[in-house]
Amino acid sequence: MKNDGVKNLEQILQEHPFFAGAPVEEVKLIAGCARNHLFQAGEYLFREGGPADEFFLIRHGRVALEIAAPGRPPAVLETLGVGEFVGASWLIPPYRWSLDARAVELTRATGIDAVCLRGKCEADHDLGYAMMKRFLPALVKRLHTTRLQVLDVYGKH
Amino acid sequence: MSMASIDAGAARPFDSFVPQIYRVEQVCRELSDTVTLDLAPVSGPRPSFEPGQFNMLYVFGVGEVAISISGGRDGAALVHTVRDVGAVSGAIAKLTPGATIGVRGPYGTGWPVKAAEGSDIVIVAGGLGLAPLRPAIYEIFANRRRYGRVVVLFGSRNPNDMLFRHEIEQWRARLDVDIEVTVDHADADWRGNVGVVPKLIPRAPFDPHDTVALICGPEVMMRFTVSALRDAGVAAESIYVSMERNMKCAIGLCGHCQFGPTFVCKDGPVMRYDRIAHISAMREI
Amino acid sequence: MATVSRGAVQTLLDVLAAARYQVIGPVMRDGAIVYEPVSHISDLPIGWTDRQEPGRYRLERRDDEALFGFTVGPQAWKRFLHPPAETLWTMRRGEDGVTIESPTDAAPRFAFIGVRACELHAIAIQDRVLAAGPYADVAYAARRRGAFIVAVNCGQAGATCFCVSMQTGPKADCGFDLALTELIDGDGQEYRHEFLVEVGSARGADVLEQIPHRAASDADMTAAATVVKRTTSQMGRHLETAGLKELLQENLDHPRWDDVAERCLTCGNCTMVCPTCFCTTVEDHSDLTGTSATRQRKWDSCFTMDFSFIHGGSVRKSARARYRQWMTHKLSTWIDQFGTSGCVGCGRCITWCPVGIDITVEAAAIRANPQPQPGRSHEE
Repeated sequence: MKNDGVKNLEQILQEHPFFAGAPVEEVKLIAGCARNHLFQAGEYLFREGGPADEFFLIRHGRVALEIAAPGRPPAVLETLGVGEFVGASWLIPPYRWSLDARAVELTRATGIDAVCLRGKCEADHDLGYAMMKRFLPALVKRLHTTRLQVLDVYGKH
Repeated sequence: MSMASIDAGAARPFDSFVPQIYRVEQVCRELSDTVTLDLAPVSGPRPSFEPGQFNMLYVFGVGEVAISISGGRDGAALVHTVRDVGAVSGAIAKLTPGATIGVRGPYGTGWPVKAAEGSDIVIVAGGLGLAPLRPAIYEIFANRRRYGRVVVLFGSRNPNDMLFRHEIEQWRARLDVDIEVTVDHADADWRGNVGVVPKLIPRAPFDPHDTVALICGPEVMMRFTVSALRDAGVAAESIYVSMERNMKCAIGLCGHCQFGPTFVCKDGPVMRYDRIAHISAMREI
Repeated sequence: MATVSRGAVQTLLDVLAAARYQVIGPVMRDGAIVYEPVSHISDLPIGWTDRQEPGRYRLERRDDEALFGFTVGPQAWKRFLHPPAETLWTMRRGEDGVTIESPTDAAPRFAFIGVRACELHAIAIQDRVLAAGPYADVAYAARRRGAFIVAVNCGQAGATCFCVSMQTGPKADCGFDLALTELIDGDGQEYRHEFLVEVGSARGADVLEQIPHRAASDADMTAAATVVKRTTSQMGRHLETAGLKELLQENLDHPRWDDVAERCLTCGNCTMVCPTCFCTTVEDHSDLTGTSATRQRKWDSCFTMDFSFIHGGSVRKSARARYRQWMTHKLSTWIDQFGTSGCVGCGRCITWCPVGIDITVEAAAIRANPQPQPGRSHEE
């Protein structure tokens, strides 16, 4: 895993669609918790039940959110790509992942240390509020598209 | 209100209620419940048609159903892709080569393939919705240089239920078209996208201010695809959907296919979205 | 203009019958005035009138012997021009292939006696729907061309009538071959029972030539105008049509639709009696040997559950949606589709609704308290 200089990470984060329009100070604070990752195809970003210590912003590649069940291949619930974030359970206690996240192909992602970021948000509520405002719409949108998937529109009625 | 308005000379020379007799030339099983039929007229040439139009297909003694044309304009056959969802479509799906079938049409409005020249094109298909779009795709590919970016987005239920899969793989091999597919459900053997088709829109490479979007699929899928396109900045007047309603006569005389002020058989099935935006999310219209 | 005697009406029937028309006129049957073949003026409901209210229709004796002293009954002329059932074609499957035949009977030639102004407009409306589009109903057009129309200007309006609101009457102004206004007045020596006749076509003029008539006097024409004026003033209902098209399409979620849904039985009577309702369905039949199949076209109603069926279910399941479809089509989207309202103000739907739903009341309720649905979020 590469560990770029903090200045480089700021640029990377600022340019990432997830932080589009974010004020420079906010990005600077978050960059302090960030580092870059490279995942090979098949490598897991995190596993169900593990501590939700780091969430990811995809810069390149594709990540599958999946659930394993005995006796059959894991079911893929959704794939996420460039510009999307992977992992929301870091936001809510008990901070444990509820799904597996697996790189489907070679994937570059910026990881953000959740413990570090949660600490900064506790100390600076303005930052905390800004993070909530950034995450919540994205989560609601994801809930919405997940519901459409559940509808099974292509199935027979 | 004069009786002079009733002029039999204005009527078609043939009776529009009577089917033309066709023969099934070829049957191709696409999916477990979906077939593609090549139909040839027993006598005379097949009529010309626009991509997006449909025919009423009649099975002897069973009934008629509206099916979009799903094949190209080359060749002597009419191509229709039919999914078994009812009595008539089920009977059609069981026809074998040599069987006779009645055909009335083509009817309805077509995709604005010509009008869209000069713009980017985004084609969004869901499930069986790829079938009515396929003739438009063929037209666009045949005249590729008349368009800007060409993007095809396709959503299916799962990787095994992907219509025209081999053809999509061939289209993907072209260097001048962007194709993305996604499925609603998959297991880890699938290395592609999993998620609903509107999710593909934010990342698709087209200029929202100079794009014509053609959408076909289940109504819910079309509605949320329109929403995603609008979020991306595509104007409602640049978006076209293919509507479906109950059809009996297909020629504007029986009243069944009404959708608000429109008749799907003659004001559709392809409709410009801004004209139906006000009723598209209303229930039971 | 000409004036003819009561006896000349019989001559009119005879002349039309001799010209091989199927003469259809109003007769009393089963407590209603319906349209059936007539040959003698005694077949007509002489001296009878109708009393109509929402959900109520009764015949009563008049105190005169008027031949046309009533308004309209449960049937419209569409049952002849756009029949309730029709065979479209028969397909036969044999060793040498499949053949199709359409019925080859010549189109019947009807002579309609007693067509009211509202009904003339209704026929014109159905002409626009069935015979003016890119695919015309050829059989309808043939029946229409062959039909000889004797209109009658109503001598009274019914309690459910509102042709004045719809600008479809009470005077017949065009679309007929002959138009009669019944003039009965005076008693004793002064009693007269005559008809002012207006000619509407060359065909009508030819027929008039074969009937004893005299030139209409000024007094005759004044009497006829008085009849029309009296009828105009008696309208039982009013429908405000200004902006009605937009009003209904902007109030598709109005609570009034829920209100009417609680009353509406979705029985479809309104669509059966309405002179402009044109919806049909098709039925495919085959024989047991599978060698012949026919297709029949039959009247249908948007109130049936099957009307809007697509795979997965019907688009309009609730009574609310089905009533809304009927009323918004009749008064609003019909204008988008065909350039005129679909309603002629004949009042039949009000009279023949078993629970007395009144289209004028429903429209007024929405107009009194509009609750337009919000625009879509991207609407510009």
